[in-house]
Amino acid sequence: MLAYIVRRSLYAIPILIGVNLLTFWLFFVVNSPDDMARMQLGMKHVTPEAIERWKADHGYDKPLLYNAEAGGAGKFTDTIFFDKSVSLFVFDFGTADDGRDIGYDIRQRMWPSLMLAIPVFLIGLLVNITFALLMAFFRATYVDYMGVVLCVILMSISALFYIIGGQYLISKLMHLVPISGYDGGLSAFKFLILPVVIGIISGIGAGSRWYRTIFLEEVNKDYVRTARAKGLPERVVLFRHVLKNAMIPILTGVVVTIPMLFMGSLITESFFGIPGLGSYTIDAIRAQDFGIVRAMVFLGSVLYILGLLLTDLSYTLVDPRVRLS
Amino acid sequence: MMRSIQRSGQWAALCAVALLLAACGEGAWNDPYPHSEATQNIYYSSFALRPKHLDPARSYSSNEIVFTGQIYEPPLQYHYLKRPYALVPLTASAVPEPWFEDADGKRLPADAPEAQIAHSVYEIHIRPGIRYQPHPAFAQDAEGRPLYAQLSDAQLEKIDTLGDFRETGSRELVAADYVYQIKRLAHPRLHSPIYGLMAEYIVGLRDYAETLNAALDAQDGGHLDLTRYDLSGVELVDRYTYRIRIKGLYPQFIYWLAMPFFAPVPPEVDAFYAQPGLQAKNITLDWYPVGTGPFMLTINNPNRQMVMVRNPNFHGETYPDEGEPGDREAGLLADAGRPMPFIDKAVYSLEKEGIPAWNKFLQGYYDASGIGSDSFDQAVQISGQGEATLTDEMRAKGIQLVTGVATSIYYMGFNMTDPVVGGDSERARKLRRAISIAIDYEEFISIFQNGRGIPAQGPLPPGIFGYVEGKDGINPYVYDWVDGKPKRKPISEAKRLLAEAGYPDGRDAQTGKPLLIHLDTTGGGPDDKARMDWLRKQFARIDLQLVIRATDYNRFQEKMRKGTAQLFQWGWNADYPDPENFFFLLYGPNAKVGKNGENAANYANPEFDRLFQRMKNLPNGPERLAVINQMVDIVRRDAPWVWGMNPKQFSLFHGWYHNVKPNFMANNTLKYRRIDPELRAQLRAEWNRPVVWPLALIALALVIGLLPAALMYRRKLHARGITPDPRGGNP
Repeated sequence: MLAYIVRRSLYAIPILIGVNLLTFWLFFVVNSPDDMARMQLGMKHVTPEAIERWKADHGYDKPLLYNAEAGGAGKFTDTIFFDKSVSLFVFDFGTADDGRDIGYDIRQRMWPSLMLAIPVFLIGLLVNITFALLMAFFRATYVDYMGVVLCVILMSISALFYIIGGQYLISKLMHLVPISGYDGGLSAFKFLILPVVIGIISGIGAGSRWYRTIFLEEVNKDYVRTARAKGLPERVVLFRHVLKNAMIPILTGVVVTIPMLFMGSLITESFFGIPGLGSYTIDAIRAQDFGIVRAMVFLGSVLYILGLLLTDLSYTLVDPRVRLS
Repeated sequence: MMRSIQRSGQWAALCAVALLLAACGEGAWNDPYPHSEATQNIYYSSFALRPKHLDPARSYSSNEIVFTGQIYEPPLQYHYLKRPYALVPLTASAVPEPWFEDADGKRLPADAPEAQIAHSVYEIHIRPGIRYQPHPAFAQDAEGRPLYAQLSDAQLEKIDTLGDFRETGSRELVAADYVYQIKRLAHPRLHSPIYGLMAEYIVGLRDYAETLNAALDAQDGGHLDLTRYDLSGVELVDRYTYRIRIKGLYPQFIYWLAMPFFAPVPPEVDAFYAQPGLQAKNITLDWYPVGTGPFMLTINNPNRQMVMVRNPNFHGETYPDEGEPGDREAGLLADAGRPMPFIDKAVYSLEKEGIPAWNKFLQGYYDASGIGSDSFDQAVQISGQGEATLTDEMRAKGIQLVTGVATSIYYMGFNMTDPVVGGDSERARKLRRAISIAIDYEEFISIFQNGRGIPAQGPLPPGIFGYVEGKDGINPYVYDWVDGKPKRKPISEAKRLLAEAGYPDGRDAQTGKPLLIHLDTTGGGPDDKARMDWLRKQFARIDLQLVIRATDYNRFQEKMRKGTAQLFQWGWNADYPDPENFFFLLYGPNAKVGKNGENAANYANPEFDRLFQRMKNLPNGPERLAVINQMVDIVRRDAPWVWGMNPKQFSLFHGWYHNVKPNFMANNTLKYRRIDPELRAQLRAEWNRPVVWPLALIALALVIGLLPAALMYRRKLHARGITPDPRGGNP
């Protein structure tokens, strides 16, 4: 297994270089270093000299990808791409255009994101699986039909509606929790309960339908028939046998998202004033801050690759027949 | 298994309720602030955009000056109540009057001819006894040596924020701190946004920047001690006096002395923050400002909250005892002579979205609010006479509405280098005037601004010297004075001008081709569609076709710099209350194309330029007003801009928030504001009583929904001859 992990980790390097190159190209197609300087220096009273000075100070005064004037390897290494990319591979994210340490900001902002994302993920998973099992248990009855209709309704509503509606109903009309905000420690609970509940409810539709499909596929298999023939009650058949055997497709969709929980949720964090990582990238794109954009895209890629690796590893835990080689 | 799940569920629910109760504590459940703060003298506000710079040499945005304005103290400030805007001393003992010198440095009389004046000298005396806020950079050991000037790795390990320093100190404000800050404007690493402008005026500043550049190269980075390098144009006279030498005449320089760019920065603070260990922890002057103002920043987490508390070392200042007529009746002089600031603490929370911020204002958790277009109808109603008043809902809450026309202008500019709409020909002038008449800004303000604005009659907004109200102030090329108010000229007049310009019925008289006008804009999203459609309709009224060329911000800026745009929309907020700050937007040598100036229309009129040179150096008075009137006449005739509108600011305040008067120049207004925390606490409790019965209703609905399922489950088991095991295990 170790060899497999090492091999997968080595595969990640060209992928990350590719992602980094793509990010670089996409960013600089839209923004030139001059544009970045203007954005940072403000709109009033900006002189060409100030722009040149800003570029020199921030390392944007070199060619983008190829330095024709440099000699030897310098043609590739004395470029903006090389300067800004190499340090990423040792997770040194450098500084943002406003001088702040990006790594420090990420470490600070990932905790509120996790405080929101982990309960939504865990409780949401539990609720979705339970609801899906319930629908599978009552399959082809009115409970199942009503459940599917409810799921379709829940899926059809935009996430923004859940947020605005939830804030209006729970916070504005019922005055039960603050509309938005965040605090450390125990006080965080009153700020997080509404976004967590909204996150769970908004995910029930899609999640439960997906799991229901998986369970229904399983309940028609021979081992289930055997279990029933043995006289096991339906709930035992479902929870002990069907759930266990449905784990592989569930894990495929679930484990890969675990590392991505760090990245936060843009809309939920914005509306609830949660100081997480959700809006960090978007704010950076608006501010044309390449340092943050490349760091966040790189981090996202690493986490996604890690998620895929974890998914593969988790298969071995739930299905002994799976061998990683 | 089922039973264990049930138990876990019960425990989770119990824990959740316990946590919720613990977190909510006493008071309203939806109170986002600690209950202990309920009756404290704290101002609550929000910010949508995190400040990027709090270093006074770098900060220039309005969302930053909300903080820097309360912390840093430049030598001068604007009188809070008087209009027209007047400068008064802040840390200075008096508003300085410049004296003039010739090229040999000889002092000239005050009425010396402009041609003789080589330099204007501003001598500023600082009041003694002013002290800085407590800060670790000032902390000293028993021998008087700075405690934290050279932080060791062991010390740095224990520090994450500025609050982690155990010791703080303070010292007296001296003139050298102001000199130091002016030097910082030229620091190559700081990229001060006003360096380019100030280098044109402050003697020796450009050379000073080059000196610093060379010094930085020589020492290969690191902290540059500016006290080692002299700036020829800024002179330290004594402990409390310094002089700034300006090239020639630049009377508007005095206004810059009321901005944080010219606030003091102690050299030891600069050196303290330059320590590499602190920079790696984002502890920099850009993040933790140090000043002598009424407030000091104690928490800077712009991802969540920024908190300023009263500076214990504040030198003291009293509320003004005079204002303009009507201020006393409005209760704005009720606190006259009382010591400021009135507020102990100001808490600003991040609110990226308008809806939560607005609802929290209505719940009493923010003391003041702007009005977004979503909530405008809920807050304001416009009477038949066009007067804005509060709705009954707002009045019932005791909310107050304060309005004021901002010293800003939003206009539509013609690129004067464009062969069709630009140039000095009578043909092009008539085309521009026709378009100016056709675009009905009264309708625009009504539809898109909810009435928040007034049509601009020229480059000067209200509140700026030279702005003329009433009949004499209208733009005669676009408006007629009818029944005591301006009335836009009819479309027939615009069509007549268009025909005279050579485009009868919107077609080129020579080629017969329809005239296409291109508007370059950054807006291309769904939000902008209605505006763009409206604009197309305005042009269609005179049979012109408007082509919208939407592009991204960078490409738009590039087009403006290259002069390839034809028609564009632009705006300007006054830096200071002087007509020069608006007329320079039309001054020929300031053209955007080729000169990279702020004259985005690239307008050039030799007579206007000559008058500008004269006007900018004149004191406010009849002579200056006469020149201004001539300049306004010229640009109205030439019509390089469709004059657009001057936005009107609408602000809402709760009844417990006092001393609110719009002041578009002053940025240190928090110290004047007063709060009645008892009234606020009482109303908040009244407005936010928890309503729990819907929860019971939801629970009941769930039970009713699940009951048939449970019954069906039992029926299913009985049908299979299985009796449910009460322990939840296998039968």
